[in-house]
Amino acid sequence: MGKLILQRLWQSVLVLLAVSILSFLLIFLTGDPVAALVPLNARQEDFDNIRQQYGLDQPIPVQYFQFVIKALQGNMGESFRYHTDALSLVLGRLPNTFLLAAVSLALSIIISLPVGILAARSRGRVFDLIASFFALIAISVPSFWLGVILIIVFAGTLRWLPASGSGSWQQLIMPAVTISAFSIGFLIRLIRRSVADTLQKQYVVTARSKGLTEQVIAWRHVLRNSAIPIVTVLGLQFGALLGGSVVVETVFAWPGVGWLMIQSIEARDLPVIRAAVLILAVFIVLINLAVDIIYSWLDPRIKLHNGSGAEANT
Amino acid sequence: MINRPLSGITEQLPGDELAGPVAPDPGQIGVKRPRSRRWVRNRSTLVGAIIVASVVLVALVSLFWTPHFYDEQDLNRSLLPPFWMDGADPGFPLGTDLNGRDLLSRLMVGAQASLFVGVASVLVGGIIGMVLGLVAGFFGGWWDAIIMRLVDIQLSLPGVLLAIAVLAAIGKGLLNVVLVLGFVSWVQYARIVRGSTLAVKSQEYVLGARAIGAKNNRVILKHILPNILPPLMVVATINVSSNILSEAA
Repeated sequence: MGKLILQRLWQSVLVLLAVSILSFLLIFLTGDPVAALVPLNARQEDFDNIRQQYGLDQPIPVQYFQFVIKALQGNMGESFRYHTDALSLVLGRLPNTFLLAAVSLALSIIISLPVGILAARSRGRVFDLIASFFALIAISVPSFWLGVILIIVFAGTLRWLPASGSGSWQQLIMPAVTISAFSIGFLIRLIRRSVADTLQKQYVVTARSKGLTEQVIAWRHVLRNSAIPIVTVLGLQFGALLGGSVVVETVFAWPGVGWLMIQSIEARDLPVIRAAVLILAVFIVLINLAVDIIYSWLDPRIKLHNGSGAEANT
Repeated sequence: MINRPLSGITEQLPGDELAGPVAPDPGQIGVKRPRSRRWVRNRSTLVGAIIVASVVLVALVSLFWTPHFYDEQDLNRSLLPPFWMDGADPGFPLGTDLNGRDLLSRLMVGAQASLFVGVASVLVGGIIGMVLGLVAGFFGGWWDAIIMRLVDIQLSLPGVLLAIAVLAAIGKGLLNVVLVLGFVSWVQYARIVRGSTLAVKSQEYVLGARAIGAKNNRVILKHILPNILPPLMVVATINVSSNILSEAA
């Protein structure tokens, strides 16, 4: 385990380096950032002034190295739009996004796990059909539509919940429900499928013939052995949610990273985009490391550090 | 929302019908299902098949015929209501949009794009992701390190930024949208396939196949691939619909 983490640490440095270079290049591919900073009727001198002011007149490699040197000192530059420190701007939004992601994911797991397992155990019977039907609807409903409908019903007609903003638990409910609808449907189908497959294995039959209760079989034998795709998808989902669910954050005016990112991309606010992408990269690396560690905990036969794969070539 | 009918259909496909009989897993026991349950299963397959077939049919018909030309504007008849509301024009069953274009014709032509984007982008992403995921999971070591760090990099770059940049560089167009969506989504398949491969790799029947001298490609194709397909199928079919929605967005 220690070896795995150590190996991953230096690999992560390379990942962060690659991400910073790529995000740098991608931003310039989207167009001239200065064009978004000057008024429409700007003269050539205005362009040149702004270009110089933000250091955008330098060649891209030079700009990149200046960025790296500053970033290593913890300075990601100043936002073009807000004229405050880009890093603290992103970090200030992060708790909101993290909270929303964690609550949505927890909600998805709490609902989809029991439903998925029960559906697998009653495959083809009534419960399975109902569960699959609801999963289908949950997946098919687009989040911008669901969000708006929830606002109309619970904030408009019933006046139970505030329509937008953040800060209280009431404001968390609708965005979390909107986000988790898709993952609940997705996870129910995935869990149902994986568990149904595992249920047919010989060791489950053995466990049953030993007289173990269905409860013990489900949690101890079946879930553990069908968990790998489920854990993978949860990891992917968590990473995607930390990147910010743009649609939901926009619909509910939830001040998270996704919203900030979209606004910054539209305004070509380069320092903020870079800071947000790098922060996200750190989280993605950590999540994927955690998922790999969970793999080897679920199935001790899985070894991930270098050297274990060589036997496949023989 | 041209895509409403489509997002539903794909959900009938996953798992049960496709992957069930494909997986000759020696660890499974051939349990024959009671006839009643098979009937239920076939019925939901049938419903799914009918919905898919009707969308495909609409897309095909629209290649040759639509009630009106889908881009024909006429401001005199803008915003006509659909047939179930008062004041509808029988010539325009679903009404018209702001520019007076026939919504039924646009819906029919839209089905082509949606079907193409949904299926093609999943094929592109799925095939790249499956191959790389299998290589990473099966060979491990450096292969795994390199491919999975590529995945980390790709996951860290926001999809919106990637889409804008790539479409700005290679131009818009349906094919490019497919490429972008496929290119953004390969990472999911790669991680899912790799995870399942890691788990299957050390199962007794794979070790057994190796012990009797089966070659790597035979082990991958005959023993690992069939056993990692079910979760992959679930993800792929759900992605057909979510890619269609992203194309719309």
